[in-house]
Parts: sequence; structure tokens; C-alpha cells
Amino acid sequence: MNILSLFVLIPVLMLIAFLFCKNIKQVRTVAVIGTAIELIFSVVFLFMFLGAREADPSSAMLFQYDVVWFKALNIHYAVGVDGISVLMLLLTAIIMFTGVFASWNMDPLPKDFFMWLTLLAVGVYGFFISLDMFTMFFFYEIALIPMYLLIGLWGTGKKEYSAMKLTLMLMGGSAFLLVGIFGIYFNSSVTGEYTFNILQIAQNSAIPVEAQRWIFPLTFLGFGVLGALFPFHTWSPDGHASAPTAVSMLHAGVLMKLGGYGCFRIAMHLLPQAANELSWIFLILTGISVVYGAFGAIAQNDLKYINAYSSVSHCGLVLFAILMMNNTATTGAIMQMLSHGLMTALFFALIGMIYGRTHTRDIRQLGGLMKIMPFLSVCYVIAGLASLGLPGLSGFVAEMTIFVGSFQHQDMFHRVLTVMACSSIVITAVYILKVVGKILYGPVVDDHHLELTDAVWYEKVAVVGLVLSVAGVGLFPGWISNLIHTCLH
Amino acid sequence: MNLSNYLLMKPELSLIAVFLLLIFYDLFASDNAKKYYFPIACLLFLVHTVYCFFINKDVLTTFGGMYVTGAAQITMKCVLNIGVFLIFLQANEWLKKPESIFKRGEFFMLTILTLLGMYLMISSGSFMIFYIGLEMASLPVAALVAFDKYKNNSAEAGAKYIFNAIFSSAIMVFGISFLYGACGTLYFDDMFQSIYSSPLIIMAMIFFLSGLFFKISLVPFHLWAPDVYQGAPTNVTLYLSTISKGAAVFALMIILYKVFPALAGVWQPIIWILILLTITIGNLFALRQKNLKRLLAFSSISQAGYIMLSVFSGSSAGMAATIFYVFVYVFSNLAAFGVISAIENKTGKVNMDDYNGLYLTNPKLALVMMISMFSLGGIPFTAGFFSKLFVFMAAMESGNPWNTVLVFLALVNTVVSLYYYLLVVKAMFINKNNSPIETLNTDSYLKISLVASVVGIFCIGVINCFYDYINTVSFGF
Repeated sequence: MNILSLFVLIPVLMLIAFLFCKNIKQVRTVAVIGTAIELIFSVVFLFMFLGAREADPSSAMLFQYDVVWFKALNIHYAVGVDGISVLMLLLTAIIMFTGVFASWNMDPLPKDFFMWLTLLAVGVYGFFISLDMFTMFFFYEIALIPMYLLIGLWGTGKKEYSAMKLTLMLMGGSAFLLVGIFGIYFNSSVTGEYTFNILQIAQNSAIPVEAQRWIFPLTFLGFGVLGALFPFHTWSPDGHASAPTAVSMLHAGVLMKLGGYGCFRIAMHLLPQAANELSWIFLILTGISVVYGAFGAIAQNDLKYINAYSSVSHCGLVLFAILMMNNTATTGAIMQMLSHGLMTALFFALIGMIYGRTHTRDIRQLGGLMKIMPFLSVCYVIAGLASLGLPGLSGFVAEMTIFVGSFQHQDMFHRVLTVMACSSIVITAVYILKVVGKILYGPVVDDHHLELTDAVWYEKVAVVGLVLSVAGVGLFPGWISNLIHTCLH
Repeated sequence: MNLSNYLLMKPELSLIAVFLLLIFYDLFASDNAKKYYFPIACLLFLVHTVYCFFINKDVLTTFGGMYVTGAAQITMKCVLNIGVFLIFLQANEWLKKPESIFKRGEFFMLTILTLLGMYLMISSGSFMIFYIGLEMASLPVAALVAFDKYKNNSAEAGAKYIFNAIFSSAIMVFGISFLYGACGTLYFDDMFQSIYSSPLIIMAMIFFLSGLFFKISLVPFHLWAPDVYQGAPTNVTLYLSTISKGAAVFALMIILYKVFPALAGVWQPIIWILILLTITIGNLFALRQKNLKRLLAFSSISQAGYIMLSVFSGSSAGMAATIFYVFVYVFSNLAAFGVISAIENKTGKVNMDDYNGLYLTNPKLALVMMISMFSLGGIPFTAGFFSKLFVFMAAMESGNPWNTVLVFLALVNTVVSLYYYLLVVKAMFINKNNSPIETLNTDSYLKISLVASVVGIFCIGVINCFYDYINTVSFGF
């Protein structure tokens, strides 16, 4: 038994505990205790990791554990972490913990809701600790399917359409991905002893360039669909807009990071030559994602759609930076994953709380909320400022690093694209300030809104937790970038 | 020809013993004693199933090479046994009805007889035994399909089935006769040595395979399947779509591996095209079905395509993946049809719309149905995920780019299939219904069967010993 497996084991135990819950109070208790344990554990684990890293600065992955699963096919349950995975685990734990508080009054069927949400968490945690591509794909698929019921059953708006669209598009992406993974597997070794283990494949580096040329696009597209790569991003606005609050938080905050993480860990890391040759195609696509997503957000009137398009833009930036293939840009990409995860979760939590009170997300029907619910409004401003990259908050650190890294390329092509991507910062400022000005500072549109109340304690827990994390990344970026930097070669 | 020859056929002998005991019990027991007919029949079959696990698994032949047994064959038979046992458990409620209780014994006997035929198909070492087994496995099924003969659908399905079965048998015998003419023998081993690529032999092989493809219901030989599956009593549909299909796949695989390796260059492209057609057409037709039995009929057509994906690779991993896929498929289909038959027997409803809101009134049945849909669609934690992945890996193993293309197209098709599997889930969990199916009190035997299926779906994949064992008994060419 390995300490990393606890990340998966705790949610599984939560699932079992949920089975015995009789009413919503017990469900909440289990959810809070379980996610709190997971959060504490991931913080403790971070320090354990830092200690272990000091003791052993050379190995790529720490806390490794490897047990044969299917011997004949050389499939292993292999886990291990480096600095990047540790950060992602921490991110997931924070968002799960706050997500529970954001969905305090779930109705109907609260027990089922939390069970599916926890199953989703099992998949996400498992994905981030896996070193074996088979196990990784196993957890990846576990994370995808609960979305269908979470959105279809507890969502709002055209939820059935969105749920089906999201599920089928992501499953379509995983079809690409699986062929890519098999392609890597069957080329992983010259001796015929095929392996799914990422470290071994990287060490053997036996995949011929001709094979890489067809495997790389499949793998990158497969993960890219989840990372909202243009033109496969269309599931994201509908899905995020229809999903219930906690699911939007988890999905935009963590699940979309699975795409970026997978692209980084598998597509770029294992297929370096093809990545070098073909990155220009995907750079153009992600460049479009970045700019188009930002423009899309301007055109929307629904708060959740605005945020979903902004996620397309920000996640596009993650893939964009990964494709730049230098250490600075990649460090920026990982920081952007972290920053966007926290910030977008904060946004969706706040939108959920505002929607729960006003029953509308249309910015034309909202106004003057700063007077009515000052706490939520101030936090919304903080989230907005983080999103448009104000120094001192998480967004600035990440985007700055990405653009500095991208601009290090000497050639015209990369520099032009970088400048274009930079323009998204300005467009982001436009839609963020537009929304903030309209719904927070404008005149009160609907007199009924004057009777509404500000956040209650459980909502404050969720929001404050996320605000602190956003500020934490923004104020102390040094140790995070050190943590990331040590695992890039 | 002495007694020891017969004693090698242990699975068959044990099955015949069960068969005879049941006949005598049915004939001579008083009506009062027959109250326990169902549990006793199930118990006897369970004893047989368990016994089969412990049979000596050495490779042995008897009757001059006509009958071959070995670890692979016995494993296949065990897979079929487990499936049949669970089907028996599900049949109680249907057989209890006044219109079928008096012919309850026939159901068991006909099923056991067909199973015996399938044993012979799997264990055959010569086309003679193979053909006898095939006929034994198909004619009684026609009677089973028409079991509810007072229903028009059932009688019609029986007629359709028997015509198709006879027609396909005729085509197959035609092919076998040419093979005999060209090779001068019916024994697999001798034929393997004398087979070569000549137009006559290729034609004979295609005739032979076509006959078998009817049984597996590969497109374009599938046209009988949806009507028969819909018309037959649900338990018989289940038997047809899992056991009968699985046995035919096993037999096909053994013959392809033992007799036709020399012609692999001919049958592999043929099967390549058929797989693509089967998966695609099965899925596309399933998309539009409103009747759940018909939907699962088309789904089982497309599943047959996935099974064939591992058959045609010709490797030992391919055989392992095939057996494993059928094993998992039996459990997934059993769970799905178990829920359908539970609801059909109580309310007569089989349309997808009737299932709207099922989760609120019958949460357990809805969950079982969902798990089986996920397993059929290949969603992880369920065994269906593993079986699909192993099949794809077996197909890609050769490194042939065409196989990679086929795997990719099959994967795209799994997304299509997921759509209609999710429609069922959506009906049960998301759709609203003003008059949902009331809370049902399910038959206890059926419950056992459903629980066993769900446990199977969860355990067979994640726990590695099943695949590892199957892998040790498999062989390739």
C-alpha cells in the first residue's frame, strides 16, 4: 500500500459512507469530513513531497509504487508524482472542498449528487497520480462519465442537450486518445516488451519519427478536446452553463486541466520530435482559442456563458504555452492551470450563489448588487481582477510567465502569435469590467432584488477559501515556480 | 471404441446426466413433487457448472480425432455454463405463468440440448461432429423462440428463425462438401495440411463462413436477428444473443485457427469489411429504436462486430480477448435483459418511454440497468471497459496500419453506441413521467441473477485473475 493511493482511497471510502446516509445532514457531514481530510492530506503531502525532493533531487518521480495488473499485456498500476502533479492534486482538493460548500442545499436527490461528484473526484485524483497510460486512461474515463448525470439531472436550462453533447464530444476525444495511446504502446520498445509506463517509454525513446507523426496529432487532439482546443471547444460553453454550481467549478477548475496535463505529460513528453515538427498547426488552433474565446465572452449576456468562453480562452493559453516548448513558457502553463482552476472555480461559485438568489444570470436583468450583497460582490471583483491579470493575484503571474517564455522564440511565427495571444488580455479586461460595471455598480434593475440577503456561513467558507488560494498564488509565486521548474528538463 | 473414449467427454456426459434426470423427474414425479421442479433444475445445473471447473484440462482427443478437448475448450464451456445458469434463474417468473407452467420442463430440456450441441461445436475435431453440433444447437432454439406460441410475434419469430437456420446450414454444408472434395478429408488436422490457396477452396471457405456468420449475425447476414430477438420470449432472446452467439464465435475462432491459417490473407480482409459494416450498421439502426428489446438486438449485432475484432487477429492474445469479451458480454447482457424481463413480466411494457422516471420508483432496477448499459458501452469500473480495450489491443497487435484504422473506426462507433445507451439511462434517471412504472416486487431468483451479474460486471475486469487465467489457456496460429 502506497501513500499516493490514499488520494483515490479516500473518495472511494466516501462513496461507501454515502451509501449509509439517510438524510441530507448526514450526506453533508460525510462530504465535508471526507473532502476536508483529503484537503489536509494534500497539504501535508505537499510538505512531505518537498522533504523527499530535497533528499532525492535527481529522480523524475517520487513516491513511486508499481504493481502488475495484467501481466500478459504488461499493464501496471503505477503511481508517482512530481511537483506538477502535487500542485494539481492540491488544486483538486481545494476545489472539491469548496465545491461541497457551494452545493450545500442540493435538491433533489442530494445523496446521489454527492456520490457522482465523488466518483468524478476518484477519476481526477487517479489521473494525476498515474504513471501508467492504461491506468491513466482508466481514471480519465471515470472522470468523464459522471458529468452526464450531474448535468442532465441537476443542471439548468437546456441541460439534456448540453449533457449529451459534452459526454459525446469528450468520449469522441478519448477515441482519438486511445488510438494514440495504443500507438505509443506498440512502438514503446524495440525488444518487443511493450510497456504503458511513461517513464520507461521516455527512457527507451524508441518510437520512430514516422510513427510519432500520426500518434502525436491523435494524442494531442484527444486531450485537447478536454482542454477546449478550437474547434472542439463547443461542448464547453453549453456544458458549463447548464451544469450545477459545484460541477461547473470542478469541471472548469479541474477537469479541463486534465487536458492540459495530458498534453504535457504524454503528447509533448513522449513524442518530442513530432511535437517539434507539428506544433505549428496546434499553435495556430490554440491561438484562435485564446482570442476567439475572449471575443466570445464579450458577446454573451449570460454570466455562466461569459465565464465558459473565458475558460476557453484561458485554457487555450495553457495549451499554447505548452506548445512553445521551453521551460519558462511551460512553467507559465502549469501556473496558469493552477491559477485558472482556482479563479474560475471562484467565479462559478459566485455566479451560482448570485443565481440562487436572483434566479437569473442575464446581465441585463442584474444591477447594483454591490449594495445588496456586498460580500459576494467584492469577491466577484477580486475574481474579475485575477482573471484580467492584476499583479498580486494569480492570473498575472501565470500569464506574464507564459508571454515572456513565448517571446523567447526568435522567429517571426512564434512572436506574431505571441503578440496576438497577448491581445486577449485587453479583451479579457473589456468583458470583465463590462460585467462588473453592469451588475455590481449599475443601478438596481429589479426592486425585488433589494430584499435579497448576503452570503451565509457555508457560502463564505467556499468563497473565502478560494479567494485566499488565488491571492496565495499571486503573492507567493516563487516556491510554486521552483516546484514546477525542478521537474522540467 | 471402449468406455474410456466416452469418459473423456466429461462436460458432455455431465450435461446429459442433468438432462436425463430432469426428463425422468418431469415424467414421473407427482404434481405435488413438481412444485420444486424449478429450484431442483437450477441446482442440478449449478452442480454441473461447478463440476466443469474441475475437469482435467489436458489436451486430449478421442474417437480418432473427432473430439478434441483442452484447457481452451473447457474454459469456453465454463463461460457458456455460467451464462446458461444465470438465464435459468431469470426464467422463473416467466415460466410460472399459467400458460407456460405445464411446459416448464421443455424449456430446460431444449436449452440443455442446444447447449450440448454447442459443446460439440467447440470440441469438434472434424466437420462431421461440428455439423451435428451445429444442428443440435439450432433446431431446438427454433422451438424455444416459438415457446409463447399463442403470441403472434413469438410464432412468427420461430418461423423466421427456422427458415434462416436451415438456409444457413444448407449453405454451410455446401461449403463443407466442397472442402471435402478438395482435401479428401473432414478432419481439421488433415485438412490443415492439405489446404492451399485455390479458387475452389476459397469459395468453399466463403460458403462455410457465411453459414457461420448467419449464426453470429454479422452484417449482411443479420436481417433475421432483430425480428427474432423482438418476438422471442425475453429469456430466449437473452439465450440467443449471448450463449448462442458466443458459442458460434468460439467455434468459428477454433476453426479459423485450426483449419484456415493458410488462407489468412483471404479471410482477414473479408472479416475486416464485415466488422466495419456490422459495427456501423448495428449502431446506426439501434439509434432509432424505441423498443428496448429491439434496441438491444441491434446493439448485440454491433457487439458481435467488436467480438470479431479480436478473432481476426489470429494471435493467442486475440483468442484470450475473445473469450474474455464474451464472458463479460454475457454478464452485461444478462443484467440488461434481466431488468427488461422483470418489468415486462409484471407490466408488459418494453418501450423506452415506459422507462421514464424508473429511478424514482424502482431505484435498484434502474441502477442495474445503468450499470449494464455502461458495461455494454465500455465505461470504466465495469468489465466492459477492459474487454473492449483488450479487444482493441489484440486487433492492433500485428502493427498492420489497416487494423489501426479499423480500431479507430470501431472507437468512433463506441461513441455512437454510447449515445443510445445513454438514452436509456436518460429515460430512467432524467426524464419525467406522470405515470411511471409502479414499484415492483421482483422475483427472488431473478434478484439473485441480477446481483450475480452486477458483481460480475464490477469484478471480472478490475480483478485481474480472470483475464490472466483465460490468457494462459489461449492459443493462436
